[in-house]
Amino acid sequence: MATGPLVTSVVVVGGGQAGLEAAAALRTQGYEGPVTLIGDEARGPYQRPPLSKDYLSGKTDAESLPLRANIFYENNQIKLITGERVTAIHRAEHQVEYASGKRIPYDKLILATGARNRILPVPGAEHVLYLRTWEETDRIRARMAEAPNAAVIGGGFIGLEVAAALRAQGKAVTVIEAGNRLMARAVSPALSEFFLQLHQRHGVEVRLQSAVAAVERDAVILSDGTRIASGLTVAGIGVIPNQELAAAAGLVVGNGIIVDERLRASDPDIYAIGDCAEHPNCFASGIPERRVRLESVQNAVDQAKCVARGILGDPSPYTDVPWFWTDQFGVRFQMAGLAAGYDQAVVRGKIENAKFSVFYFRGGALMAVDSVNKFADHIAARKVLAAHSGLTPEQAADETVELKKLV
Amino acid sequence: MPKVTYIAHTGKATTVEVPNKHSVMEGAVKNGIDGIVAECGGACMCATCHVYVDPAWLDKLEAVEEEQEEMLSVTAAERKPNSRLSCQIIMRPEYDGLVVLMPDRQT
Repeated sequence: MATGPLVTSVVVVGGGQAGLEAAAALRTQGYEGPVTLIGDEARGPYQRPPLSKDYLSGKTDAESLPLRANIFYENNQIKLITGERVTAIHRAEHQVEYASGKRIPYDKLILATGARNRILPVPGAEHVLYLRTWEETDRIRARMAEAPNAAVIGGGFIGLEVAAALRAQGKAVTVIEAGNRLMARAVSPALSEFFLQLHQRHGVEVRLQSAVAAVERDAVILSDGTRIASGLTVAGIGVIPNQELAAAAGLVVGNGIIVDERLRASDPDIYAIGDCAEHPNCFASGIPERRVRLESVQNAVDQAKCVARGILGDPSPYTDVPWFWTDQFGVRFQMAGLAAGYDQAVVRGKIENAKFSVFYFRGGALMAVDSVNKFADHIAARKVLAAHSGLTPEQAADETVELKKLV
Repeated sequence: MPKVTYIAHTGKATTVEVPNKHSVMEGAVKNGIDGIVAECGGACMCATCHVYVDPAWLDKLEAVEEEQEEMLSVTAAERKPNSRLSCQIIMRPEYDGLVVLMPDRQT
């Protein structure tokens, strides 16, 4: 597709995967004008998923983390700026401003500012480490070397991945979760129970319904007075979208920068994508107004492509099937669709064999599929969801029904 | 550093250096070679880095494990005897000169 005559330059704020993919997609789709990608981390765009998995456990080395080789930016004429924070958007002038006061112009601006860790508000908070960036992960790795034991606060994806990686390093690990089950926000009770048993079987001590009262250098104190020895304390208790830059420029924000179905913010020349964007998602049938903010590679990559298409004149909305994965103790868990608000869950396969899928329905319509060590189910589920082809709960439960034939 | 040649379905060949211990998938993605998508970044979660290995090289590669076998059963393009997930081909000195053909689609 030819470059529209009006778009002469694109600036991308945010050097994570969404930002990188947007810059790359513009080039893949034939955009020829200047592209500037600005990140506030010292390093260029890198993969975050391995940080809490193979990089933490030492299976992946640092050289594997960058998303692109340096030569890629040169070959594709993407101006990559690292270590610079954008502090203001001047919408009337179509300029962004750096902390240094320097301004650069844009025709179209893509905000991919991501999210930041929610900080645990307890006494001794300075002893708590977090895992979102490469730098933070290196800090955990350094502390890990000398810590015989560790506590992980938060039984969500990041917390459990960190627990598994630390356990693989031979540490005594305790997971502390405030709720009554693991990954409660994302998965059904049957899957919470499966992962609880998985972690317990691998020697992780899991404490549910436990509140942290304080953290010390080598211990976590629970509200009931229990003291948990912890030479390394990591918290994974969720994130906050980085929307202040957008809000200060007068853009509408909610749980993230609010965008329409084409991912445009409340200014026709500004888009928001990835972790920072609250968007309408056609797969969020169980969520009011179907508005969600998703933290996943899929969402970052597919929203980046959608915005690149939009800038090049294609008005088609964002309609990609959400999917996500986690990997703990060698168990491959993949999710397709969005299960929030389901009223029926159907298991296909045998949970006790650690090879099964859970299908989620609302009013008889398929919403999401979670697969444990069932890759073919996951891929078929993505296709069935994308085709909106109307799989029934009975078909889902019947293993003789071939899912890929239903697409 | 060992080299890998990637041949697109259109016939266009690109040769790049891929460091030892890096995967054939990484060599393509990091250099921006179209034809390998690798949605999951090499976590063996997506089957969008499917390649056809040049038959001359097939015997030199490691056998396909069960996990990869299952993933190859649902690739977008036809699964052939020389189908592999390129994230599971890890470079080593004797793979210098490896040639892979990329299918016309990954999703």
